[in-house]
Amino acid sequence: MRIAGFLMLLAGWGIVLSAAALLKTSAARIAFVLAGAGVEVLGLVLVIRSHIVPKGDRYE
Amino acid sequence: MNDTAAMLCFVMILLVPLAALGLALMNTGLGRSRSAAHTMLTAICMMATAALAYFVCGFSFEGVAGHASHIWNVAGKPWSWAGAETPFFSRLPLDGSTPSLVALLQIFSAGLAAIIPLGAGTDRWRLGPACLSSAVMGGLIYPLFAHWAWAGGWLAQMGVLYGMGRGYLDSGGAGCIQVTGGLAALSIAWILGPRRGKYGPSGMASAIPGHHTVFVLFSCFLVWVGWLALNASGAMLFAGVPAGMSVLIAINTTLSASLSMLAAAVTTRARFGRPDASLCANGWVAGLVASSAGCAFMAPAVAALIGLVAGVLVILSVEWIDLHLGVDDPGGSISVHTIAGVWGLLALGMFGRVPAAQWLAQLVGVATLFGFVLPVAYTANWLLNRFLPQRISAEGEWQGMDLYELGAGAYPEFVIHREDFIQR
Repeated sequence: MRIAGFLMLLAGWGIVLSAAALLKTSAARIAFVLAGAGVEVLGLVLVIRSHIVPKGDRYE
Repeated sequence: MNDTAAMLCFVMILLVPLAALGLALMNTGLGRSRSAAHTMLTAICMMATAALAYFVCGFSFEGVAGHASHIWNVAGKPWSWAGAETPFFSRLPLDGSTPSLVALLQIFSAGLAAIIPLGAGTDRWRLGPACLSSAVMGGLIYPLFAHWAWAGGWLAQMGVLYGMGRGYLDSGGAGCIQVTGGLAALSIAWILGPRRGKYGPSGMASAIPGHHTVFVLFSCFLVWVGWLALNASGAMLFAGVPAGMSVLIAINTTLSASLSMLAAAVTTRARFGRPDASLCANGWVAGLVASSAGCAFMAPAVAALIGLVAGVLVILSVEWIDLHLGVDDPGGSISVHTIAGVWGLLALGMFGRVPAAQWLAQLVGVATLFGFVLPVAYTANWLLNRFLPQRISAEGEWQGMDLYELGAGAYPEFVIHREDFIQR
């Protein structure tokens, strides 16, 4: 899940860059930049969840 | 830049290390007494390592706006991805010119970004690996993003190339320095794991209070001066702001920090019955961080309100990260530098005296921070951990970093700790 999350972060960034570089109309660019940001948020959620240790296992 | 402005900028830059000193003192105070000397020494060593790494290769990656850079053609537009300066400052005239001032400020800024993760890793991060991590930060991660944002890179050119306002704006380094350091802090906290005794048998977080609240609160004054200098010099060098605007920058920075700290005090009073001194200090720094992005581009009242939101956000964030995510961050670095920094960047786009499309450029910048800096910082530290373990042994953690790594405690004449927090 951790690797998938990081890959989604990179993919979301790629979507943002592609939207900025390739889309001509403002509305389409805004929509796809937001979509890319959304993919990054999902990736971040996956990365965070992959690091959460269940409460019962946190004690050392 | 005329001579008067250059001299003012130079004097400001010389005050920037006070920000690093303040952060180092704050991290020392928020950590345990058994690691106090180690924390301060690690901060100095990390600053030194990052500065050296920046001198060796960082400046060549970052470059200076208007100078040679590596350009890729992306859909017919030129995207500058990295600087093309020579290493070791070999062709840089160190004569008070703008490029020389940039190099000086960036040496300090790279060091500042490098020591931010120490707040998350204190009490268990070994000295050697911490220095290696800061070398990667100073020599690679920080210069790359700084080129994109400050040295004529593609992020800064979003306005010219695609009509996104003025391109990504970041006067005092909210993104380049603070969020970059904060995301590295998150990576370190994940890789190191929590301190022993932080979470009890039921998984509930124990509060491990800092050992020296006076250090923490005194450091607020130090970071205040340092941040005034950082914001003013950064705005003059990277945002094209005239020297006279330093007054507005100083006012905005102070108001943001003030209202942020007061908001933190009220929030902690409401949640815990009394204001929490260390969280108030975190609130103060959060206000400084939030002001860094747009201090030159907003009205004072707006800067104050941005600070107010930052103060509330950081308190809620510290609690959420500690209790729900199970991430042990003794210095609050993740909340203060990442959350407040992102808020400052986005708030500039929404509320600053900027073109309407500025918010999109700021969003692209934030997306770049999470989409590039976080994976790279995590991967670099994870690889480093595979070859050279970053965390101290259990025995060392029980003894304390001072005795285990340095052979001498910070307070040798006092019995300074009990065994409350660590199970043998």
